Amino acid sequence: MTQPNEIKLFGSVMSGFCYMVHHALKLKGVEYDYIEEDLKNKSEEFLKMNPVHKKVPTLVVDGKPIAESLVILQYIDETWPEPPLMPQDPYQKSKVRFWADFIYQKMVPLTFVIRKSEGEAQAKVVDEFLTIFKTLEDGISKEVHSEGPFIHGAQPGLLDMIIGPCHTGLKYLEQGLDGVKLVDDKKTPLLCMWMDEYSKIDVVKDTAEMMKQYAPA
Amino acid sequence: MGERELKLLGTWVSPYVIRVRVVLNQKGLKYEYFEQDLTNKSELLLKYNPIHKKVPVLIDNDQPVCESLVILQYIDEAWSKTGPSVLPTDPYERAMARFWAVYIDDKVFLASAGILKATTEEAKAEKIIETMAGLELLEETFKKCSKGKPFFGGDTIGFLDVTLGSCLVWLKATEKVSELTLLDGNKFPKLVKWTEQFLSADCVKEVMPKVEKVEEYINKTLKPKWAAAATSSK
Repeated sequence: MTQPNEIKLFGSVMSGFCYMVHHALKLKGVEYDYIEEDLKNKSEEFLKMNPVHKKVPTLVVDGKPIAESLVILQYIDETWPEPPLMPQDPYQKSKVRFWADFIYQKMVPLTFVIRKSEGEAQAKVVDEFLTIFKTLEDGISKEVHSEGPFIHGAQPGLLDMIIGPCHTGLKYLEQGLDGVKLVDDKKTPLLCMWMDEYSKIDVVKDTAEMMKQYAPA
Repeated sequence: MGERELKLLGTWVSPYVIRVRVVLNQKGLKYEYFEQDLTNKSELLLKYNPIHKKVPVLIDNDQPVCESLVILQYIDEAWSKTGPSVLPTDPYERAMARFWAVYIDDKVFLASAGILKATTEEAKAEKIIETMAGLELLEETFKKCSKGKPFFGGDTIGFLDVTLGSCLVWLKATEKVSELTLLDGNKFPKLVKWTEQFLSADCVKEVMPKVEKVEEYINKTLKPKWAAAATSSK
């Protein structure tokens, strides 16, 4: 498998999806250049690389762009196979892909609605979110997780890598919710445990340290 | 080695189902097909897809796989030595296939459905522009992926071929119902030529509904359903 020589990541300190890509690259021991994009004033170079969606993260490998975090994560896993983010068995793989799709299709859009709404409308969406989050926990514990501190077992895998950064985003969202918890260890104890475990791994801490320089004042 | 029992829950009109059937056909896989009534969901559907309650659902020896793009990748990996590959082997080309498949479903197909759903001329015009912009990008993508060969997948039908191809009859029915041209041979010559190649393939002909039937479905079932929903939500 030919691996690219030059890897560039366009991202933003504000985007949870970018952290997923940092973690994947660092976990695989891949050297890369990082470019922090000002999302209110996107650079020409960046727009050339992702003209379709104009979003971060965008990974550029030997000058060729890849967009959409889930697509990027799978590309990284297939290009640098160690350590693997996916199980070997095709049926187990399909379960991981199903729940990854569930997160992006069902959970993520609700977080955008929560952020933009208020009062009673917001309370309703928060309820919807909590139901979806519980469904996610039940589904993952039944179909993906069997043992070990991470969703994928003894080592973190794709779902850990997606949910971990989402956790940070959810805690940030909670700040504007007047005491309501989105991440409640009484309602979703397993997700809380897995996210907590994930937050302790070296690549997460190294990325957080690296990104401090880009944090808004 | 025991016989593997494959079942597919689907509806005749759903592009998400059609794409799975094309790939199963191309791989030469035998399966039992169960047509579903989505207005009165069967116990089978609720049992094997409790989360989304949607079609398609592939059931492999009693183990369900849901979501069409997940199913396509599952078939490719579980029967990797049978028939042509669905996804390319190169990781960058696989990334392109995955990216454009989601684009087709989320942007192009949804926009074209929006043409049918629009209740004002303004809204309809907006959706037409969106659909055409998507098709323009796909014309460029086709040139890059096919590298002069007949399909997005090269010599054989692949991931992007079935994802976009399964929407073709819907696009053609939308053209007839809304009296417009989307698959314009002058604007998208390569794509239109590809549609002819795709629709004439044996693995496709068997499972692709007739445009007239989809047209009838849009006029007699979908549009009244959308109108009723709009009235009841006022």
